Amino acid sequence: MSTAATTRPGDEVVIHRVVEKPMSTRRRVGIGVAISVLGLLSLLLGHNAQAHDARFDLSQGSEFFHVPDLVLPVAATAYVIGIILLAVGAYQAVRGFRPRGLRIAGTGIGALFMLAFLSWAASGGKGSTIDLLGVLENTLALAAPLILGALAGVLCERSGVINVAIEGQMLAGAWAGAMFGTLMGRFGGVLTALVAGALMGWLLAVFAIRYLVNQVVLGVVLNALSLGLTGFIYDAIMQPNANTMNTPQVFQPLQIPVLSKLPLVGPLIFDQNIIVYLMYALVILIQWGLFHSRWGLRTRAVGEHPKAADTVGINVLRVRYVNVILGGAIAGLGGAFMTLGSVGSFTKGITSGNGFIALAALIFGRWSPKGAVAASLLFGFAYELQTLLSLVAPPVAIPSYFLAMLPYLATIFAVAGLVGKVRAPGADGEPYVKE
Amino acid sequence: MTEVAAPTSALPEPGGPDPAAPVRRRRALGDNTIVVTLLAFVAAMVVGAILIAFSDPATRSASAYFFSAPMDTLRAAASAIGRGYAALFEGAVFNPTTAARGTVAGIFGPISETLVSATPLILGGLSVGLAFRAGLFNIGGQGQIVAGATCAGYVGFAWHLPVVIHLVVAIVAGMVGGGLWGALAGWLKARTGAHEVITTIMLNYVAVNMLGFLLSVKGFQRPPYGQAISNVVDANARLPHLLGSSLRVNAGLFLALLAAYAIHWLLTRSVLGFEFRAVGANQNAARTAGMSVERSYTRVMLIAGVLSGLAGVTQILGTNSAITGDIDAGIGFDAITVALLGRANAGGTVLAGLLFGALRAGGVQMQSSTGTPIDVVSVVQALIVLFIAAPALVRFLFRLHGSGAGAGQGLAKGWNG
Repeated sequence: MSTAATTRPGDEVVIHRVVEKPMSTRRRVGIGVAISVLGLLSLLLGHNAQAHDARFDLSQGSEFFHVPDLVLPVAATAYVIGIILLAVGAYQAVRGFRPRGLRIAGTGIGALFMLAFLSWAASGGKGSTIDLLGVLENTLALAAPLILGALAGVLCERSGVINVAIEGQMLAGAWAGAMFGTLMGRFGGVLTALVAGALMGWLLAVFAIRYLVNQVVLGVVLNALSLGLTGFIYDAIMQPNANTMNTPQVFQPLQIPVLSKLPLVGPLIFDQNIIVYLMYALVILIQWGLFHSRWGLRTRAVGEHPKAADTVGINVLRVRYVNVILGGAIAGLGGAFMTLGSVGSFTKGITSGNGFIALAALIFGRWSPKGAVAASLLFGFAYELQTLLSLVAPPVAIPSYFLAMLPYLATIFAVAGLVGKVRAPGADGEPYVKE
Repeated sequence: MTEVAAPTSALPEPGGPDPAAPVRRRRALGDNTIVVTLLAFVAAMVVGAILIAFSDPATRSASAYFFSAPMDTLRAAASAIGRGYAALFEGAVFNPTTAARGTVAGIFGPISETLVSATPLILGGLSVGLAFRAGLFNIGGQGQIVAGATCAGYVGFAWHLPVVIHLVVAIVAGMVGGGLWGALAGWLKARTGAHEVITTIMLNYVAVNMLGFLLSVKGFQRPPYGQAISNVVDANARLPHLLGSSLRVNAGLFLALLAAYAIHWLLTRSVLGFEFRAVGANQNAARTAGMSVERSYTRVMLIAGVLSGLAGVTQILGTNSAITGDIDAGIGFDAITVALLGRANAGGTVLAGLLFGALRAGGVQMQSSTGTPIDVVSVVQALIVLFIAAPALVRFLFRLHGSGAGAGQGLAKGWNG
């Protein structure tokens, strides 16, 4: 460590400049074409529209003032959006957005296309109203466990331990939440869910860090263990005594005074149950902590280059233990959301692949908390869309299975680098052994 | 930490001749993979026994007054464990009660069930194991089995061909379906560097949803279109029963054994297998030696997919007669544990598949005769693999010395590797 922080003559000054590699022509044009295809699709939707208007319900009735329904002329909306998308696509193909601009444009494009799509969907049948606020509320409810699971993954993988066991950790949390939530009250349930998830995380940590077991193998095995154990306990004691073992009280939404009365965001964000509020806090805390706190810097250092971190005196293994166990607890909370926050009872394998979608969200969100939240919301929306389309009966039936595939396909595209390469933390999955 | 930290320290201990002898003996035991595997099995069965006792109502009610009469609890537990594992044995190997009837089904029934369960596990295990040897982690067994079973099943019920030919065509269709689904992940890795663990997990769900869609389409779905189940496979396309129609064991077993032999030959005797192993051992060395690492990714995943596809074939043409949403029956994930237990070689995988097949078959019997939930079998399987993957833990539990690395270690690296 040098004592002086200022540069003296003769010191070598290294200036780091982040140079963005220009996008290859092929990718630029490819993305432009993809956007244009969405535009053409919008035009097609406009052409296919049946009813004249689509109605979107945006209020719940408890706001300060009533938000009027949004009524859009279907065909015109879809045509206008189609033309906008074609123009944006052409610009991207010819000139190209910068990466940051492309991300913003991408969000806008997605939102516009969804508006056209939903208008079209609502125009089928009797031109039914879409409860847009309800759709968004359900999206958040479906995304909540995904967000918590993905945050668990962020903690583990940023410190260099691959977490394929999110599913198992969530399952343990869901089980503990339901069983101990019935026995000890729902707050006891949340607490034990955190502990159960942390225990699963601890197993992952011990075997990965101490016994150097391959972490993907470990994740798969821990998932099987969790599924077996919780299934066993469910069959052995919970199901025969369902009334005394498997009927936790569900958390009701808590309205935040004033804020919950705001139009749109009020009912959507500030009228949720306590686990969701905990989730908000965790998202903010982890996003801030990872990039602005000593813990975050250490975590990232250990995940990118453990040897260098060790050299400057960071206890690599301890950082990893702490992060993996904390991650397990957060995934456990995600599981508890399912039993204590929405369903109200545990069944075998209740997480049904949510842990793997959370893993997908983590990867799709490029291992960042912010990205993971965005990806989880997107995947939650894809889920909700399945329900919605079965309710409103669009002019052309779309099998829900294809919508269910979207998160997985999106993740494959993301890792294959078709929409910008995603890169894992440098030492993710590599055990650290001090020489 | 200390034991595993130096995987290459299996050198003989320097020093005097005799005082170290017991240590050396224990070290020799601890390094022996068969001993470690057996001990892992024992440790897992002990945990299983605790679970069985826990699930037994008599034991639980006796444990309420454990401190006044502890022997009651222990006696009830011992009896529950004895009955549980006896039922497991009767379901998997030999059941004296049914055998006393003297019928073929009575005598060979349990063995038949074990072999039926073991068949797809062996094929799936070979698939995962082969990928392991080439340094790839195939978690896509589920998707490949679904793809294979869908293709084989479709040919089985939609086409109508003469005897033998129909069966052969259906099997080939299943191999092609599974192979392409597997090769897709390999190709993505070769072409773009996308990690096969991520892509195979995602492709699993894509395949399952695709099957869900097909099961809602007329022509695939069985009339009257109420349930998500396909048409029934023609008798011509079904794998023949081996011991008469009263037993479920079928020619799929031969497919599995044949595949095991083929993989053994491929890995030990062929140029392609040598290339796979070279890529798995050291990519850079393989590349320097002039091998195309990328091409071998696609090829190995193609063959792994074919093997998983065959597992799907035995499911749809052997065990079941129509495709349902859960045609995979968890085999894709169990296959990973089979491959690890079998140490990724063909002979070991066959033995591991038989063991897990026996546990599955016995678990069914145990559930029906003693009420112990079958999930105890998944717990035992997971623990066996956990223990053999961490031999240092087994050595610690049984106070052995040694330094061998665990199964599956150093095979698949991190996401970027």
